[in-house]
Amino acid sequence: MTALARAGFESTLTPNLTLVLVVVGLVAVGTALALDRSLVRVLLGMVLIGNGVAVLYLVVSGRAGRAPFVGEDPATMSDPLPQAMVLTAIVISLATIGFLLALSYRLWQISGTDDVPDDAEDARIQRLARDDETSETYDRSEESTTTSDERAEAGESRG
Amino acid sequence: MGDVPVPNLLPLPVLLPLLGAALALAFRRSDRLQRIVSIAALAGVVVVAAVLVWQTDVSGPQVLWLGAWQEPLGISLVADRLSALMLLVSSVVTLLVLLFAIGQGHADSDDEVARETPLSIFHPTYLVLTAGVANAFLAGDLFNLFVGFEILLFSSYVLITLGGSASRIHAGTTYVVVSLLSSALFLIGIAATYAATGTVNLAQLAIRIGGLDPGVALVLQLCLLTAFAIKAAVFPMSAWLPDSYPTAPAPVTAVFAGLLTKVGVYAIIRTQTLLFPASPLTDLLLWAALLTMVIGILGAVSQSGLKRILSFTLVSHIGYMIFGIALSTQAGTAGAIFYVVHHIIIQTSLFLITGLVERIGGSTSLHRLGGLALASPLLATLFFVSAMNLSGVPPLSGFLAKIGLVDAGIAVGTPLAWVVVAGGIVTSLLTLYALSKVWSQAFWRPLSEAREVAELAAEEAADEAEQFEQAELDAGRRPGGAATITAAPTGVALAVDTSPRALPRMMLGATAAMTAVGLLITLVAGPLQAFTERAAADLRQRDPYITSVLPEEVRR
Repeated sequence: MTALARAGFESTLTPNLTLVLVVVGLVAVGTALALDRSLVRVLLGMVLIGNGVAVLYLVVSGRAGRAPFVGEDPATMSDPLPQAMVLTAIVISLATIGFLLALSYRLWQISGTDDVPDDAEDARIQRLARDDETSETYDRSEESTTTSDERAEAGESRG
Repeated sequence: MGDVPVPNLLPLPVLLPLLGAALALAFRRSDRLQRIVSIAALAGVVVVAAVLVWQTDVSGPQVLWLGAWQEPLGISLVADRLSALMLLVSSVVTLLVLLFAIGQGHADSDDEVARETPLSIFHPTYLVLTAGVANAFLAGDLFNLFVGFEILLFSSYVLITLGGSASRIHAGTTYVVVSLLSSALFLIGIAATYAATGTVNLAQLAIRIGGLDPGVALVLQLCLLTAFAIKAAVFPMSAWLPDSYPTAPAPVTAVFAGLLTKVGVYAIIRTQTLLFPASPLTDLLLWAALLTMVIGILGAVSQSGLKRILSFTLVSHIGYMIFGIALSTQAGTAGAIFYVVHHIIIQTSLFLITGLVERIGGSTSLHRLGGLALASPLLATLFFVSAMNLSGVPPLSGFLAKIGLVDAGIAVGTPLAWVVVAGGIVTSLLTLYALSKVWSQAFWRPLSEAREVAELAAEEAADEAEQFEQAELDAGRRPGGAATITAAPTGVALAVDTSPRALPRMMLGATAAMTAVGLLITLVAGPLQAFTERAAADLRQRDPYITSVLPEEVRR
């Protein structure tokens, strides 16, 4: 097991080019998807980025070898540490993606679409613009721009 | 180590809340048992953390290798002065916020709204969150730090969307996606670090990164820094915070504001001092600090909702901590640590106060609040003290923390450092401005004036049904007010309540205790400052950490 500690470590890692390309492809496609408006696409993008990162750990573990069981010759087995790490990361991302799926379903239940909503400032500016169009007697100086927002907020967060 | 004959306590801050969470989940039918379990677990963590502070101060960093692997291979938990101090402050804060939440749950238990927010889930999740925070503070390797982050993030996902109402789902979406992205970046950083050095143990990394090509080291540093900066809400990566925090329930927002960003700041302090001591990024970090402070506080000045104002001051004041870290001097690091301690407590107490303001006034919008100083003088006092403390009015701890940082900045003396010092002072004044605006409108302005404004707003509100809903809510939430719901005529009740409800004692007590802890920091500022100086000295020397973690033969 001493080889694993890599005492006196020198980076002898030769990355596997195919795997590197796979990582690049997955992360690039994932990023493109994550920039989309639909939450499900964002979610798929996150899944792809997560998978890309997982493959990155395979690159990092160096040359492929035999399964790292106790008793195996350290010279021929693959590095178990990145595998342990990536397994943890995969489990975590599985749970998170599950949660995000539930979240997007709930978002769809509430708003009938899975589009990521505008942030509060954007929504506020849009509301101002809309009110300006529809109301002639609109007195902007007296209007609290946060009224309905805050009311909704007040109603909910008291629970 | 080992001068002190105390068994190794390191796993307890993680284990106690986790076991507590399991028990709380098992007792989900009984509120009472859940409360007892949660309070006991968190009180236990406070005690353990206090012992750890003493232990690390007397006999140096405490280390525990888990799983009986050969030493540098396994997972290590390490507490040095910095970790122990962070742990103590965070456990005190989580305990007090828990009491506040219990008070709130108690007050709402007869209420219809309470059914929307399932408290049986709240307790276990909250405990897991605490375990994650403790794990992040105690992590001795990068990957365990990642796991700590994930534990606390996942529980924060649940807490921020508690009840699943529209506004919370909207806020939660942003929050979860941003957190996922930062986690992916962190993972990439860990992979790159492992590829370059063959280890993820922090102490071992401290030795090996020194031998790396400076370009490679810089890439690792930037990757980790970006991941942590997203979590800490440093300026270009801070936009998610004011959008996601304000909608959560008051205790949740309070604990998030106090702790979660500070865990990111802690990770930045740890990696910057231990792994990259000769930081080539001082200028970059100073710019980030300046922009975080100034842009954050300008955001706060332009807001009219109390929660959003506080969220923006939270972002803004992260800049102070980054400033201290960026200086990469001992005084700067000590100042940053002191600021973290001060800010965790003050920001939490301000958000707890906001929770009470919302109960008493029915809103957190400055347009709709008024006369709170008359309605509850105690609450007004608490707000005033905390607000002055945050803005750095002498002689409170906010002033001392800022003076420490300004001193450190002047000692460095580069033109950019002077600019950031000036930016820090302007930010402090603008914080005072933003919070005095809150004071004069919500607390000081007579209720009649507020009512006029609110009446006008109410008249203009086109949606009558919405008003009725609000009236119903207001009436229904007053103790013994259930009968008045039917009697209440539609559409006349205003959010500014003429007969404010009495504040639940437990909530008020927890908030007062939180503010008192803030004042206590001012009282013990001398010893605390000395402690942070020692902690910063440890961090800058790096030796105490490395020698206590690594066995001799690995150290080379």
